[in-house]
Amino acid sequence: MKGLWQLTWLEIKIFAREPLGLFGTIGIPVLVYLGIGRLLRSAARPASPEEAFLKTGLPVLAAMLMAISAVVSLVTIIAIYREGGILKRLRATPLHPATILTAHVLVKLLFTTVTLVLLVIAGRRYYAPDTPLEILRFGAALLFSTAGVLSIGFLIASVVPTARFAQPLAGVIFYPMMALSGLFFPVAVLPPWLRMAARVMPMTYAVSLLAGVWRGDSLSSHLWDIGVIALFGVGFTALSARFFRWE
Amino acid sequence: MAVDDVSFEVRRGEIFGLVGPNGAGKTTTMECVEGLRAPDRGSIALLGVDPFRAGTALKVRIGVQLQEAQLQKRITVGEAVRFWGSLYRSPVDPAALLDQLGLRDKRNAWFMTLSGGQKQRLFIALALVNDPEVVFLDELTTGLDPQARRAIWELVRGIRDRGKTVVLTTHLMEEAERLCDRVAIIEHGRVIDVDTPRGLVARHCPERIVVVGTADTSARERFLAVPGVEAVDADGLSLTIRGRHPSLVTDVIQCVSRHGIVVTDFHTTLPSLEDVFLRLTGRSIRD
Repeated sequence: MKGLWQLTWLEIKIFAREPLGLFGTIGIPVLVYLGIGRLLRSAARPASPEEAFLKTGLPVLAAMLMAISAVVSLVTIIAIYREGGILKRLRATPLHPATILTAHVLVKLLFTTVTLVLLVIAGRRYYAPDTPLEILRFGAALLFSTAGVLSIGFLIASVVPTARFAQPLAGVIFYPMMALSGLFFPVAVLPPWLRMAARVMPMTYAVSLLAGVWRGDSLSSHLWDIGVIALFGVGFTALSARFFRWE
Repeated sequence: MAVDDVSFEVRRGEIFGLVGPNGAGKTTTMECVEGLRAPDRGSIALLGVDPFRAGTALKVRIGVQLQEAQLQKRITVGEAVRFWGSLYRSPVDPAALLDQLGLRDKRNAWFMTLSGGQKQRLFIALALVNDPEVVFLDELTTGLDPQARRAIWELVRGIRDRGKTVVLTTHLMEEAERLCDRVAIIEHGRVIDVDTPRGLVARHCPERIVVVGTADTSARERFLAVPGVEAVDADGLSLTIRGRHPSLVTDVIQCVSRHGIVVTDFHTTLPSLEDVFLRLTGRSIRD
């Protein structure tokens, strides 16, 4: 893993130099959270569906937005690097491809953490939750889920030919996953074939884990979710290592 | 198939050029030698080992500049050199390297703000960052203006003069002629011939050309009578005398003085690699 820390630090600096990317990564989840929250708070009566969504759905939505933005950004960056010949040039050095991907994952997880901290600060101010929230536990669940979902990004990034193709493809894959993930309506109300589909998507387990932890569940009561996400993570990472293209 | 039947040998400490038109298979050949691409058959030895299988042990001994490469848009020149250096056990001093390539003033500039020539110099810097024994440069002056091109040639000569072996590709015959110690002419994925530029010209284009400017109307007949002269073409006041005898120039001078021909212009034109290419392939490299 020679060069990992240098590359990670370098990519953090480079990422922070692009104002729009920085805003998309950090600003959008926070703004969505604050905006929808404020809207719903004025409409929500006690025990209404709006209130329920405000309490758990919204934080999880913001969390998933962070995970997806991390994936889309990872896929795009790798595609740009491939198109620009940066990957091919790195191949002529002793650097290992896993190091490149790992560095980008670390960068994404770092910015996810920063966003989460901002969300918590914003959330504390506007919507103090009635139960004391285990923010460290939620943070751990979020980083774990992001890493799991990022592995799908690896696979897309490994095979996608150009950056222009990467973003729509990531969208086509991730937004349906999010719609079926149980975030907006319970998986149980879906027709059987869609329920089957939801069960083979890592996003569904990430939402279940994040919503549970947000409500105060312990991590150990979600071992099934954690196990499935880990399984997806290992599987997709292995596939992407198999199909990784330098050019 | 981009390349078929390519055989050549590069000597230590020389600038060796793979020369041919775009699409001839130069880059494919180079990438096979660099170990970035596996050949379907045949064998390659780079510093005595198979480059595709050698792995890291070989990678630390070579430096590579790729055609049309980019870097991260917002990486600075200094960061790039330091990062690429950090991938090797004993990199050269980044500051000295930037000095050597005239990039010291640009060390804090983002990659996206550099000119074409500056980008190419940065890529040469990255190819030299591990103090390699063999440096590969692929079409490194394409898209540069003549002044930047000359500056890059000077840098490449400097690399060779410090004892390194340089392998480069170019579709510019002038570049090959002025820069390379030896060249391999590639066309349609085949090596047609390998030699020094001078050797190739002597072998394939032995004819000599003397151009004489004169108003003397009898001059053409007199030159045609010189032994060894094969043709004299008139174009206004200018006569182009062709022949392949090594003494052609002397013979023409003697003819001029013997007959007291008044000349307003006298120069010789040597065939170039461009002519060699035309002769060998039947087409101009610019087609």
